Amino acid sequence: MSPAVGLRDATAIVGIAQTPFAKHLEPPEAELACQVIVDACADAGIDPSEIGALSSYTMEATEEVDIVRNLGCKEVTFFSQIGYGGGAGCAAVGQAALAVASGQAEVAVAWRSRKRGSGPRPWTSTSVQLRVPGQWTRPFGLLRPVDEIAMLTRRYMHEYGATRDHLANVAMAVRTHANRNPAAMMYSKPMTRDDYMTSRWISEPLCLFDNCLETDGALACVIVSSERAKDLAQPPVYLHAFAQGLPAEHQTMVNYFNDDPLTGPAWACARRLWANAAFGPEDVDVAQIYDAFSPLILLSLEGYGFCKRGDAPGFTEDGNLEWGKGTLPVNTSGGGMSEAYVHGFNLINEGVKQMRGTSTSQVEGAETCLVTSGEGVPTSALLLRR
Amino acid sequence: MSNAAAFSGGYAVNRGPSVEGFLMPATDEEAAPFWQATKEGRLVIQACGNCGRLRHPPRPMCPSCHSTERTWKDMGRNGTVWSYVVPHPPLLEPYSSLAPYNVIVVELDEEPRIRFVGNLVENVDAPLDSLDPSTIRIGEPVEMVFRTLERADGSTEALPFWVRRRN
Repeated sequence: MSPAVGLRDATAIVGIAQTPFAKHLEPPEAELACQVIVDACADAGIDPSEIGALSSYTMEATEEVDIVRNLGCKEVTFFSQIGYGGGAGCAAVGQAALAVASGQAEVAVAWRSRKRGSGPRPWTSTSVQLRVPGQWTRPFGLLRPVDEIAMLTRRYMHEYGATRDHLANVAMAVRTHANRNPAAMMYSKPMTRDDYMTSRWISEPLCLFDNCLETDGALACVIVSSERAKDLAQPPVYLHAFAQGLPAEHQTMVNYFNDDPLTGPAWACARRLWANAAFGPEDVDVAQIYDAFSPLILLSLEGYGFCKRGDAPGFTEDGNLEWGKGTLPVNTSGGGMSEAYVHGFNLINEGVKQMRGTSTSQVEGAETCLVTSGEGVPTSALLLRR
Repeated sequence: MSNAAAFSGGYAVNRGPSVEGFLMPATDEEAAPFWQATKEGRLVIQACGNCGRLRHPPRPMCPSCHSTERTWKDMGRNGTVWSYVVPHPPLLEPYSSLAPYNVIVVELDEEPRIRFVGNLVENVDAPLDSLDPSTIRIGEPVEMVFRTLERADGSTEALPFWVRRRN
């Protein structure tokens, strides 16, 4: 596999912004999107009229034309939308970076605005998901993303001896980080192991605290060439490597129909990511790993090579994922489970903060950060560095 | 043959894909031979007409040899539980009223690469919550049975359910 050295460190994230995170925000999604992009441009010291590339999720409701008409962008020459829900986040940034690195635009913005806290739950739609593969799963009451991932989790526990204590290790680690982050929805809500063990079931073997939050919120970041990044308001955070991953015979969320369902898109994404990078997993100082559900962190730790297949449960022990304690602090803002669930975009901005040295759980001397998007769906990942 | 009341535990079930009843499979053209066979009490799996490779869910092209020739192979209905979950509310009605129930993934004994999502029930007509979920074990032997359900428009489908195999 030949490394994509063309993109390596060629671009940098130079502006970030976020709205408040809450169960309910008053402004509509489009307003949140526009505001957060303006704020990210202000953070970078770039006028929004300069935006030439826009990148987001296919599930994003605010379209490029709306961004352009509201923000007064002059001429947008690259726009992309990435599919597969929470798998899209890092790809929105990565494809924006590709546009800048290849000369399609000079200033790129990636964003996500979502009122998932007060808006509808996608799984409650009875019409849109009933074809392939829904006709094979939903009539039998496998209705929600949590049910679909719980199925893989049970099998994982069976094969590798993982227990609820290991899932609790994950949930408690990210909660301790949220408890240090005033912007997090769970900032003032500590969680004990007993809280975890006695919480209600959602889909056995997953309980309430194995699930992400339901959040209204929006985030954005600004990407320019590393050359231009030298002269801007914020210290540049270099996009060292980017990859997407869609493995053979994959089915989104219900990846039960191939030889090895526990080897998900993270594995394919990781192979390309590390091939593109000048360093490996042992050199990652801090990681932001997509956590719609706690077991996705176990699967991703293995997929991205932090430990061997089946060793992730042990990797979570003795606070190994916790700031100030472990070898790999994970989701230092609280992540999707304890800061906010905005389809993983808060993980991207937290990665940037770690590289700037401004996280509320700052890993001292951190120079590299892995950010991943959803496992269990066609996915993407970024390596950031100072 | 149709026993909607027993399936639902008393809830209306045959209204097609709606929040008022159980979700009926929205079948596509590609899968039509599968759903036709289940009405005849048979399990068939799509196979490549050129190289014979089995594939599920069905699709237009063989990922091995790129042939678009489709055939359908009669398969044994015996399988083994590969994994299972026990959903609790919030769920759609009528599933939420039957929760906690089980959903299982079964691999076919004849071809373990081929897996199905379904429910393990006491017998072919028993409701979704007819088994104590704590008795389910990964690796236990099960057998596919077919239960005919009717949509509001009168059309029917025979859905694959699973019962315990007693050797």
